Amino acid sequence: MTELEMSLLDLLQEDCRLPLEKLAVMTGVSIEECAAAIERLEKDRVILRYAPTINWDKTGRERVEAMIEVRVMPQRDMGFDAVAKRVYHFPEVRSVYLMSGGYDLLVLVETKTLRELAMFVSEKLSPLEAVTGTATSFVLKRYKEDGVVFEETPSDRRLVVSP
Amino acid sequence: MNYERYLNPAIAAVPPSGIRRFFDLASTMREVISLGVGEPDFVTPYHIRNAAINSILNGETSYTANRGLPELRKEFSLYLKDRFGLDYDPAEEIVVTVGASEAIDIALRAIVSAGDEVLVPEPSYVSYSPSVVFAGGRPVGIRTLEENRFRLKAEDVRAAITPRTKALILPYPNNPTGAVMEREDLLAIAEVVRETGILVLSDEIYAELTYGGLRHTSFATLPGMWDYTLTFNCMSKAFAMTGWRVGCLCGPAQLVSVMNKIHQYAILCAPRQGQAAAVEALRAGRENGYEDVVTMRASYDRRRRLLVDGFNRMGLHCFEPLGTFYAFPSIRSTGLTSEEFCQRLLEEKHVACVPGTAFAPCGEGHIRCSYATGIDKLNIALQRMEEFIRTL
Repeated sequence: MTELEMSLLDLLQEDCRLPLEKLAVMTGVSIEECAAAIERLEKDRVILRYAPTINWDKTGRERVEAMIEVRVMPQRDMGFDAVAKRVYHFPEVRSVYLMSGGYDLLVLVETKTLRELAMFVSEKLSPLEAVTGTATSFVLKRYKEDGVVFEETPSDRRLVVSP
Repeated sequence: MNYERYLNPAIAAVPPSGIRRFFDLASTMREVISLGVGEPDFVTPYHIRNAAINSILNGETSYTANRGLPELRKEFSLYLKDRFGLDYDPAEEIVVTVGASEAIDIALRAIVSAGDEVLVPEPSYVSYSPSVVFAGGRPVGIRTLEENRFRLKAEDVRAAITPRTKALILPYPNNPTGAVMEREDLLAIAEVVRETGILVLSDEIYAELTYGGLRHTSFATLPGMWDYTLTFNCMSKAFAMTGWRVGCLCGPAQLVSVMNKIHQYAILCAPRQGQAAAVEALRAGRENGYEDVVTMRASYDRRRRLLVDGFNRMGLHCFEPLGTFYAFPSIRSTGLTSEEFCQRLLEEKHVACVPGTAFAPCGEGHIRCSYATGIDKLNIALQRMEEFIRTL
């Protein structure tokens, strides 16, 4: 990864709406070079998408989230990757991670209702042949996500003008 | 009761900082975007804050040695060697001070006798000239010009020297201009120092914040100059530790010991927790290649480009600042004075900047804008400034 690419990733992760001209100015390259670098990052799937961080609690939308610890027995022709693939194709699944420690996959699930979530675990996840056990924990409150604190905190404690 | 008769007229006559008025004005407004802040927008890195908390929990609440914690002096010594090639013995040649501000004050008080002259490049940080006056001396400004990228010219220094000249303050990278002095520029100054034997007070608090591939050159590392130089540095800018108030004064033992005498009687020691935090900052930095500093510098550099480009686009000519986190664009094209520009911009568009005149009369025609502020805010500030200029 070049220095330019790393700089662009830092900037875009903070604010993916920064216009190309500003990105070029800040990284000290031409707009064309900047555009080419971003295109490369997209093509190489380093940048997967441009999405905001949303505080859904403020929207009133019905939403249940859970983190499910999944124990897996890898089978012949069916390693962790293959199991993960089966799991991440379910539309309810937001994220899947392979973990070290007491369980194997951590699955973040989002549904509209508690019932849907229960159905997901009992009807979709648990029946998978490789899955030997699950432990579901519900998200009660979100404090920080992707480096963003949800609570409004004074962003700048400095004197407004100083020498 | 009128207390005037009690006051020292020389001190009372020093005007209050020109920044004060803008602070008062901006403080009464809501939704102000401030480009007037002279400190980093980063919070001190977590591990450094944590070290200070642990120091408190461990009951480290007593005075330290006057010169500062021995381990901190050692860390400063290693840091200055590591980063700038400076050689200072932690036992004899370093005093830990309450920021570089105290270091400048005690250095001046130790060397200046009544009527001595101290050369101060202008525009520069607001406290140098008052500190010279407080020490009983006479500040002699040396104007630096935009056409020289605000670098100090050796011939101007030479021309300002009189038999009463004691010292030259060398404040680079420079607040407010963002100017730097490269090695060749400094070698020319060194020649004048060699000829005249004046002392150099090198304020290097922004030494870590240089851009465009430049590395700061410390004056004391030039051939023969160590003997003539006092070096000031601090944790504030590079490590985002302004409120901790920790700096250092470094120089030849005979000078430093007299300065330490003032420090000892006036201050006793720099705050203990600040010192504990500084030990952690420097120690961790040494071990991880100063990654906090590297990250912050990269972030400032992007914002520097954004702001300078923005000013030039809206017709405010801005020379490229290669140090600090300030840009010093010219507002002459607007026909307003620096004060008028800043006041109207604040009142009409709620963007706070500092007029160049706050740093010396020769700062007229310029404003100081700090880019130690989030990119989103910088973009809004640029937009509001452009709107403001269009209304003129």
